[in-house]
Amino acid sequence: MFDTSPPSLPAAPGVGYKPQHYSDILADPGAVGWLEVHAENYMGDGGRPLAQLRALADRFAISVHGVGLSIGGEDPLDRAHLDRLKRLVDWLTPASFSEHLAWSSHGGTFFNDLLPLPYTEATLARVADHIAEVQDALGRRMLLENPATYLDFDETTLAETDFLAELVHRTGCGLLLDVNNVFVACTNRGERPEAYIDAFPVEAVGEIHLGGHDAQVDDRGAPLLIDSHGAEVVDPVWQLYAHTLARTGPMPTLIEWDNDVPAWPVLAAEAARANAMLAEARP
Amino acid sequence: MSDFAPALLDPTLAIPPGLSDARGGPADRRFAVYRNNVVVSLTDAMATGFPVILKLVGDEFFRAMAGVFVRAHPPDSPVLARYGAAFPGFLETFEPVAQLPYLADVARLELAMRAAYHAADAAPVAPDALAHPRLMEARLRLAPATRVVASPYPIHAIWRANTEADAPPAQGGAETVLVTRPDWDPWPRPIAPAAARLILALLADLPFAAALEAAGDDIDLAATLTLLLDTKSIIAIEVPE
Repeated sequence: MFDTSPPSLPAAPGVGYKPQHYSDILADPGAVGWLEVHAENYMGDGGRPLAQLRALADRFAISVHGVGLSIGGEDPLDRAHLDRLKRLVDWLTPASFSEHLAWSSHGGTFFNDLLPLPYTEATLARVADHIAEVQDALGRRMLLENPATYLDFDETTLAETDFLAELVHRTGCGLLLDVNNVFVACTNRGERPEAYIDAFPVEAVGEIHLGGHDAQVDDRGAPLLIDSHGAEVVDPVWQLYAHTLARTGPMPTLIEWDNDVPAWPVLAAEAARANAMLAEARP
Repeated sequence: MSDFAPALLDPTLAIPPGLSDARGGPADRRFAVYRNNVVVSLTDAMATGFPVILKLVGDEFFRAMAGVFVRAHPPDSPVLARYGAAFPGFLETFEPVAQLPYLADVARLELAMRAAYHAADAAPVAPDALAHPRLMEARLRLAPATRVVASPYPIHAIWRANTEADAPPAQGGAETVLVTRPDWDPWPRPIAPAAARLILALLADLPFAAALEAAGDDIDLAATLTLLLDTKSIIAIEVPE
């Protein structure tokens, strides 16, 4: 029903686009081969944001990454928001569209965070329906991202990797494997991130995310990592990335840095590090 | 989610049941991460959307006030570029800023600037287009970015004093501000009340003759039309069939 070939993002480093880097990216992209934008930042009617995005799309493959569809939510999908998304995707024809295994709206309120859901047969059916609805509306396959989570639900009966594999099976969607999220969520659950990667349905992966996180402790003094996107990728996450590439082969790999955004050379250096590891992963 | 969602915004509600650290331990500090993310991210969105209000009241006060606002008026849409429409009304009734009655209208100006920034693009008419033989019966279409904000306070002077390095301190009385977007950056400019009446009548789709009548005799028509042309605000002149 949909084009199920891998998305056409290059197996190169990309960065999350920030408007303050506009001139730098065009002048000296370095190893950066593609850009990712948050869909919700480009839902105005016009002006500089859309004009700059159009200009960037002439030079780079673009990944549109949604943060507001609330695919993991209990409520029906927001059709007005899905229409806005369709308008953006039809206008831009990006190389990829992705969203999150999370919810962000409930009862008409938008919480502006990626909130967790229990993994049960009931939530599996609902999320699968939502993914199918998105793919039908956009007329394309989407990628679904594994979340950074901070707590667990007693009612969960399915492992996250099994939940994701079953969503792929039911909907034909692809997956966005956020390696930092794996590191954060597994550390927060007291589990080995390598084991999660080894259980991940890597054949469906179309993109990898890397990013920085903060470290706190929970009520018992156990590590509690926060997916902050506000710092450099730490060495253990680079090591987990190498472990991941050994399973997936070279993949489009995004450096996410959304808060305390650094000067362009700092971000470009992160992309160069990913590029070196991608080169090693090539056969 | 029916337990989870309300507890995100209301710190007096208990942590929802059925949550843990995955090892049978409590989830209190873990749930607090989500609570914090929600309020901090929405507060950040408010700080981005209302930089002049932030400057007027200071960062610490702004963040505390925005925390009250986002809990009382959380967004109803994921498009945060439109968030904060309820902020001027909130400022009018928020007791701690009762001594700063101009804040609400400054916030209205900031909302107008933001709306203009994201408004649809539109090509302006040529400067000689107003030399139209049937101008009086025509409708002048203004660019989608065009906004008018009127206030009993000198809101443009306040805006300038808090955004431009060499601007004079704000003083004076009522100001009416026209917001346009000649290229990509919204541009606010004080205008006479009669000019504002003309522009509002044009925005309300009145023919030019009726808009002139609404403006009144004291309008400086040449200056007003020159301003609209210079700011690329007239995008069509439509004459009835």
